[in-house]
Amino acid sequence: MKNLNSIFAAYMIGWGVFFLFFVSIVKRTRDLQSEVERLKKNMLREK
Amino acid sequence: MLRRILFGAVAIGLVACAAYAAFYVAPEERTMGAIQRIFYFHAATAWAGETTFFVCFVANLLYIWKRKPHYDWLGVTCAEVGAACITVVLITGPIWAKPVWGIWWTWDARLTSTFVLWILYICYLLLRTLVDEPERRALLSALFGVFAFIDVPIVFGAIRWWRTQHPAPVIMGGPGSGLDPLMKKVFFFNVLAMHVFAAFLIVQRYFLEKAKHDVALLQREAEVR
Repeated sequence: MKNLNSIFAAYMIGWGVFFLFFVSIVKRTRDLQSEVERLKKNMLREK
Repeated sequence: MLRRILFGAVAIGLVACAAYAAFYVAPEERTMGAIQRIFYFHAATAWAGETTFFVCFVANLLYIWKRKPHYDWLGVTCAEVGAACITVVLITGPIWAKPVWGIWWTWDARLTSTFVLWILYICYLLLRTLVDEPERRALLSALFGVFAFIDVPIVFGAIRWWRTQHPAPVIMGGPGSGLDPLMKKVFFFNVLAMHVFAAFLIVQRYFLEKAKHDVALLQREAEVR
């Protein structure tokens, strides 16, 4: 198969971008969820 | 949570099958050879990105009309997912172009309008980081989003209105254009897979925006106390 390197590069880089984007969503969501938990705990302690 | 995991598994399964079909089911194109197989990923991602921007446009209009925060969340969600899709399009395009055209990039109508589209939605996302007040941020970005969407029909029409470097459309291209029936089936399967994958990303990103709203609410409540 001619130009196999280019095809491989296109698919790998393309899916790499999507993978990094998905990881960034998961990381940001986890950070926010732990912030929600922290705020809820603080509020309960203040009660 | 289980539903989101199942949705993710379906989306990943579909894109894996679509890639298999692009490599092993679709026939080889006569003039370009194997490199043409990038088309199934490149064009399907572009279609998914433009659909996502259309949803963003509708969400922006609904926000301007109804001022409900969830339309703002949907707008920013779709802008980010669409920008990710167009990033992939702008990377895979030159990788395909180099062996076929002998150049990585040229400022032709389709390439330039796609690059401008990417810049517009990056500006949309940057604009949101510059305004602190939530209602003002949502309204300004909704107005900007409506303006940014003007470029989507230009991207669609660029290869129909101006004949430059980018190939003429093979789908909805009018008389004389078209694809081999099996190539067409594989292409539409790839389009479906990329739309399902984009929908999966939208769901994930929407929950992030909702979590941001929850944090802001709790912070405000904590400040009041």
